[in-house]
Amino acid sequence: MADPENRPDPAAVLARVQAEERRRGRARLKIFLGYAPGVGKTFTMLESARRLKAQGIDVVVGCVETHGRPETAQLLDGLEVLPRREIDHRGTALAEFDLERALARRPGVLLLDELAHTNAPGCLHEKRWQDAMELLEAGIEVHTTLNVQHVESLNDVVSQITFVRVRETVPDSVLERADELELVDLPPDELIGRLHAGKVYVPEQARQAVEHFFRRGNLLALRELTLRRAAERLDVDVRAYRQEHGIRTSWPTAERILVCVGASPSSPRILRGARRMAAGLRASWVAAYVDAPDAHRATKVDRERLRSHLRLAESLGAEVVRLVGAHVSEEILRYAREHDITRIVIGKPTHARWRDLIKGSLVNRLIRESGEIEVNFIGGDEAPVSAAPKPEPRKRGISWNGVGLAGLLVTLATGLGVPLRPYLAQADLVAIFLLIIMLVAFRHGRTPSLVAAGLSVAAFDFFFVPPFYTFNVEDGRHLLTFSMMFGVGLAISSLTSRLRGQERGARIRESRTSALYSLSRELAAAQDEGRAAEVTARHAAEVFGGEAVVLLADGEGALDVRGASRPGLALSDEELAAARWACGHGRPAGRGTDTLPGARVTCVPLQAGAATLGALGVITPSLELLDLEHREFLDAFVRQAALALERARFVRDAEAAALRIRTEEMRSALLSTVSHDLRTPLGAITGAGTALRDDGGRLGPEQRAELLDTVCIEAERMERLVGNTLDMMRLEAGGLVPRREWVPLEETVGSALSRLETRLGSRAVAIDLPEALPLLSVDPVLFEQVFVNLFENVLRHAGPDSPLEIAAREQGGTVEIEVADRGPGLPAGAEQLVFDKFYRGPRVRAGGVGLGLSICKGILQAHGGTITAENRPGGGARFRIALPAQAAPPTLEPQAGVAPDQETGP
Amino acid sequence: MSEVATLVLVVEDEAQMLRFLRNALSAQGYRVVEAETAREALVAATTYNPELVLLDLGLPDGDGIEVARQLRGWSRVPVIVISARGREDDKVAALDAGADDYLTKPFGVQELLARMRVALRHAALAGTDSTSTVLTSGPLRIDQARREVSLEGREVHLTPIEYRLLVLLAKNAGKVLTHRQILKEVWGPPYASQTHYLRVFMAQLRRKVEPDPARPRLLVTEPGVGYRLKDS
Repeated sequence: MADPENRPDPAAVLARVQAEERRRGRARLKIFLGYAPGVGKTFTMLESARRLKAQGIDVVVGCVETHGRPETAQLLDGLEVLPRREIDHRGTALAEFDLERALARRPGVLLLDELAHTNAPGCLHEKRWQDAMELLEAGIEVHTTLNVQHVESLNDVVSQITFVRVRETVPDSVLERADELELVDLPPDELIGRLHAGKVYVPEQARQAVEHFFRRGNLLALRELTLRRAAERLDVDVRAYRQEHGIRTSWPTAERILVCVGASPSSPRILRGARRMAAGLRASWVAAYVDAPDAHRATKVDRERLRSHLRLAESLGAEVVRLVGAHVSEEILRYAREHDITRIVIGKPTHARWRDLIKGSLVNRLIRESGEIEVNFIGGDEAPVSAAPKPEPRKRGISWNGVGLAGLLVTLATGLGVPLRPYLAQADLVAIFLLIIMLVAFRHGRTPSLVAAGLSVAAFDFFFVPPFYTFNVEDGRHLLTFSMMFGVGLAISSLTSRLRGQERGARIRESRTSALYSLSRELAAAQDEGRAAEVTARHAAEVFGGEAVVLLADGEGALDVRGASRPGLALSDEELAAARWACGHGRPAGRGTDTLPGARVTCVPLQAGAATLGALGVITPSLELLDLEHREFLDAFVRQAALALERARFVRDAEAAALRIRTEEMRSALLSTVSHDLRTPLGAITGAGTALRDDGGRLGPEQRAELLDTVCIEAERMERLVGNTLDMMRLEAGGLVPRREWVPLEETVGSALSRLETRLGSRAVAIDLPEALPLLSVDPVLFEQVFVNLFENVLRHAGPDSPLEIAAREQGGTVEIEVADRGPGLPAGAEQLVFDKFYRGPRVRAGGVGLGLSICKGILQAHGGTITAENRPGGGARFRIALPAQAAPPTLEPQAGVAPDQETGP
Repeated sequence: MSEVATLVLVVEDEAQMLRFLRNALSAQGYRVVEAETAREALVAATTYNPELVLLDLGLPDGDGIEVARQLRGWSRVPVIVISARGREDDKVAALDAGADDYLTKPFGVQELLARMRVALRHAALAGTDSTSTVLTSGPLRIDQARREVSLEGREVHLTPIEYRLLVLLAKNAGKVLTHRQILKEVWGPPYASQTHYLRVFMAQLRRKVEPDPARPRLLVTEPGVGYRLKDS
């Protein structure tokens, strides 16, 4: 124990070790970072690749743009280049990086130029960096190039410097994922020189913009940005090193930042600012948005924008949370306290002050109530909206019916009121108009009620306030009446519309709860996977609207459509690819996501615990499925379905395992018995055979005959054993379906008897089969086997003097057959045991394997019948077969010969 | 013809089985030609023109059933299948393909020789005179010209169907006829799968010609395959 002060923080060491382990286990990502096109990133990457190749590392070029530079193209010589994938996009053939080929090739290192590239539609991923991530997940090391203006969090800073807005961005998390960041630098003057020398690739149509971009001031600023970014990265590495080596350093407080995000256009800027702040403080950060009960009033544009902001937040590395509540500030603060947030970042309010006076200022409340939590502001650009999630209520389909109703009611009240003017006090009229406003507000919401309020005030003024039929007002007090009328109307309308909103929200929640409830109820009843898949698909189609399929992975990992909302609903190859991707990566794919967004279907993985069972594919016209507010419901839905599917799978697996165990037990028992029982006769045969062959003339004719007899008898015994064993295995293999035919019992008994004829010898056989016995619907071969086995049992156990008795009768549709003897009977208590496999009577030394009766039992079970054994009064065993009648026996057609036809003879 | 030993083609790819058959048959005065594959079997059949074929089903280059079918295309030589496949379906398939009999391994040499004698006799009958009007089989005597059936001298009355059934079996005495073959012959092709017709009539017939119909001595059931009139 050295200096306890210098002891490394155990948690940090652990984290460092884990990071190291992860790094060792996972593929490396190396990024060649430059500040502008033309600094030589591709060149440097290729040079390093050649060095690696020379060291014997398997380097493959996935995709490199030489832009016609000969010195770059030269470097490609001797490197394996993967063929591109041709994609036809609106008539133009685009050559894209072929991800599948790369995954199949599995090189040690793959070169992938221009990480920020956007793939052509039809590729698996929208962006090349996603391809890179997939390669890394597959354990392939990736080397790639990137310009600083494509880094997501620097995007807006770069656009401020250069006035060029870059659309192709790479999330910061990708940069952080990089194990190595190699800075490719070139002094700006040299770069400009290269540009003029035509050594930098520039598309013709962009020449103007490029000229602008490559100004010296721009380049200097970009270079600084790049260097700083690289230094930031270095800092992290150094810090890690210091921690590992116990070098004391000032521990930063564990910062946690929460940024408020909304639909406002300034949100992206605020998010990027927060990202930079978080990176600077090395803090984790959360992007929160508050879903107010009246959020349903948000316009489509707002929802779209909010969705894109949340995606941006995710790609910037934030954890995104959705908070629900009526008061934005309260919800944010509650979350902040519960999750140890140290800093709240919010956009600067830019709206007019009067709105704060009326609605209360979110910012003020936040500052006042935040206590220890620091609140930071970031300026928004142009948009005069706060960063807080203020859903915009306007423009959402005005109810023209409501406006009509308002007009109608006001006209009606006026029409009725004018003749009654002398009899009514003005207060009464005011009350009537207020009633109208309230009615309209209740039925049709805010805008119509405001129209009603306006119309009411106008009508009241025009018709009921002296001087009549003008908008002039004599008495100043009436102005107060007007404003109060309008004010009350406003208040009522906003109250009612909020109520309506809450009611709507409650209805949605209730319908979701009941949807989940009915899903869980039906799933509980679904016993097998297929059924559960069907139920899930049907419910998904119902609650999400449209169609749905459930795909489940089989043992080999292939996905099959196991349940569909509509029979015959099939997925195209692309849709199946989306489902496979969703399954393989545990993230949604398809429509509304970044992976295969062109697909018609949105695929969500069905995950239970660590296992992915398959995917739920929903084909719906709306894009909202993956929105955060729907997401919770979707997650709950998918979780429930996955649990049910997992349960069904467990049940199936357990059954399969039990069957395997039974089969295994049976097999080992069979092996031990059979090996013994087969060896015994084989021993006799071999012995007798060799004795005869190596005789040398010493054996007398009698001895020779005896030995030959042994050979034949033992061979016969072996034949029986093998036959029984095979029968048993056939039965045990399951799926023994009797091939039923209509058979007279007499024939079956008869053929069994003739098979054993020689062994029966002169034994008395008493057969009592009534002629009126119906035909039996049985498998004639199997049923003959039953009798052969029963008769053999008698032959083996009952003495030679014991008769064999066979009787049958029909009773209440069931045919009962008895096979009995007068032998020693069954051992006490063995009435059940005799049907067990390998059970052998205590008195029997040799003979069967102990399978005969259990074969009988198996065959009867397959026929839906039973077999029992008992001792007879007066000695002997009796086996009783009961076979329920299956169906009415067939009748014979008269022309087929049943008609009393002429007999032979005179 | 009788002074020349009967020529038997043995189609079998198991060396030990072949050895057993070669020795057993030679000892009984048969001449033996051997083939180990389906191709060899067909070549040998055309080359040597054997009087009987013993045919194993599991051959290295194809199924014996196919050999039987091809043989039947141009020859009436009796074919006895000897196979380890004991399932009734296999037997029925072989018999329907034109085999005359079916023996499941293992079998005794006496059984084999008996079946061979039956097959050879049928072939000889078919070759010489099929217009012989009186069929006898053990205690059974059928006078086809007079449509009279007698059992140990006592006359038996049969319906036309029973009579046709009995005559068919008697003409093929000792040989297994499959359900399908009998049904097609007696009732006509549309009834080929109505096995219960056959079973019911066989039961009736047994009551008339068997002393104990539950222990038939004459009309033997081959379970799952068909029937055989015991030839003795």
